[in-house]
Amino acid sequence: MTIYLPIAELSVNIFVILGMGAAVGFLSGMFGVGGGFLITPLLIFYNIPPAVAVATGANQVVASSVSGALAHFRRGTLDIKLGLVLLAGGLVGATLGIQIFTMLRRLGQLDLIISLLYVLFLGSVGSLMLWESVKALRRAARNQSVSMRKPGQHNWVHRLPFKMRFKRSKLYLSVIPVILLGFAIGILTSVMGVGGGFIMVPAMIYLLRIPTNVVIGTSLFQIIFVTAYTTIVQAATNYSVDIVLAWLLMIAGVIGAQYGVRVGQKMRGEQLRAGLALLVLAVAIRLGFGLVLPPDEVYSVVSGSFGF
Amino acid sequence: MRAAVLSLAAVLTLGLILPATAQLADPTITINDKFSERIDIGISTNEIAIASDFSGADITVFGAIDGVDELLLATFAYDIVVSLEGPRQTTTVRRKERVAGIWINRHSIRFEPIPASYSMSSTRPLDGISTSMELASRDIGINNIRLVPTGGIGDGSRVTEFREALRRIKQADGLYQRDPTGVRFISKSLFRASVRLPANIPVGQHKVRAVLYKNGEFVMERQIPLRVVKTGLEQFIFNFAHLHGLAYGVFAVFLAALTGWLSSLMFRKD
Repeated sequence: MTIYLPIAELSVNIFVILGMGAAVGFLSGMFGVGGGFLITPLLIFYNIPPAVAVATGANQVVASSVSGALAHFRRGTLDIKLGLVLLAGGLVGATLGIQIFTMLRRLGQLDLIISLLYVLFLGSVGSLMLWESVKALRRAARNQSVSMRKPGQHNWVHRLPFKMRFKRSKLYLSVIPVILLGFAIGILTSVMGVGGGFIMVPAMIYLLRIPTNVVIGTSLFQIIFVTAYTTIVQAATNYSVDIVLAWLLMIAGVIGAQYGVRVGQKMRGEQLRAGLALLVLAVAIRLGFGLVLPPDEVYSVVSGSFGF
Repeated sequence: MRAAVLSLAAVLTLGLILPATAQLADPTITINDKFSERIDIGISTNEIAIASDFSGADITVFGAIDGVDELLLATFAYDIVVSLEGPRQTTTVRRKERVAGIWINRHSIRFEPIPASYSMSSTRPLDGISTSMELASRDIGINNIRLVPTGGIGDGSRVTEFREALRRIKQADGLYQRDPTGVRFISKSLFRASVRLPANIPVGQHKVRAVLYKNGEFVMERQIPLRVVKTGLEQFIFNFAHLHGLAYGVFAVFLAALTGWLSSLMFRKD
């Protein structure tokens, strides 16, 4: 059964889209990630124009992060004050990111930059995670204790000025790195169509030393608003949000996520991280091949709205 | 595929007694005064509505030649080319090159507005109808559509390759196509042309052109407009997204938030 996507302006198989949404939802539920970094490349592999894939990916992440953030809010593992500081940086970053996105589209280099950014970020985050989780798995095999966070240990980040107290996180931290992190993730959200959780969560844990239990809820809180803002600005400036595509992905995604969560609860943390790392690396390698292999047609034609 | 024969009506207006001045003023008619034959065409509608499951169709254009010489007709002296041309769009062609191992768009040439789609039917292959110069002067045939570069084109040596690539890609996408036997005489002066509408046909103002040749010489051209519109919810969404982008974005976020909230209610573990 095919369905016509009004903004992407092409017909797609509805079951492929639902399957994609469900699979990514399952993985995101299992690994506790937003899934934007998987949805956008998958849509591009399925010939959705990259501009539409990015903007629609951001819209889809709104749904999955609302669902996730509400669960964390009920459990009290969400630091709203910290989230708001992150968000301040995020909105500025997203605004700049959309300018960059529009400019790249005009220059005809959007596809290239999106692919390069994915290969770069997914490749490095995937490698680091794999390395870390393999070490953890080895330690676990030798029955040593595994600790992600070493409390009381301070680094250069904690010597910065403009400190603020975050009660829920039990932290007294400078706002500068928090705003900068939000800003960087905001740019990625609008250029790559991701929530940015896969970068924000490790950065919050390892760099800012924020307690692991509030990290995911807080990052989801920030992601809701940055992706919502990105969706609205993309819709108003690039007309590239496909609501039909986004909604199909959301519906399948939230259902898939429920099953993913159940499977995820049965697995050990380091196993989950190793699995996610392999998945992230696989997407990076697939995109990397697309950049390096000679294309079938070296010419491309752009006319009308999204013909590239 | 739905082989819908979209609307057609034979128009047999066999009395084109228009004053010469009026003919000149009408841009949809071009006449070579040397000949007395006249061509007319008709379609039953000036608008084609495409539903969301549209996967291409054929439209049939009926027409008649007035003042036809039956002897010449019998010896295949008359040739007709019917084409459906899409709205004109400024088009850019880009070429990828390998830079440091990565394929990057390096060169681009921008062309003056060209028909977004071009579907042509004729009584026989174009090279048997007239000289390429004559056909080119009227933009008849895929290889004769004028592709004029605009802006900086560098040394200009690449323009030919870019033109060829543009034609090749348009044909591969199904947007440019031809059927050299798509026009058939069904009686001594009546003909029928079937023109293919591709699945990805652009919306907007199209035009149907019918050109009559006699022994390779241009006799007359007639054009009629045809609007292609998309219908249904998809079209409503498209228009809404383009006319009220901000409201559309807000709605998209609202829908996402609602979906996320409802799912967290439904699957809440209490």
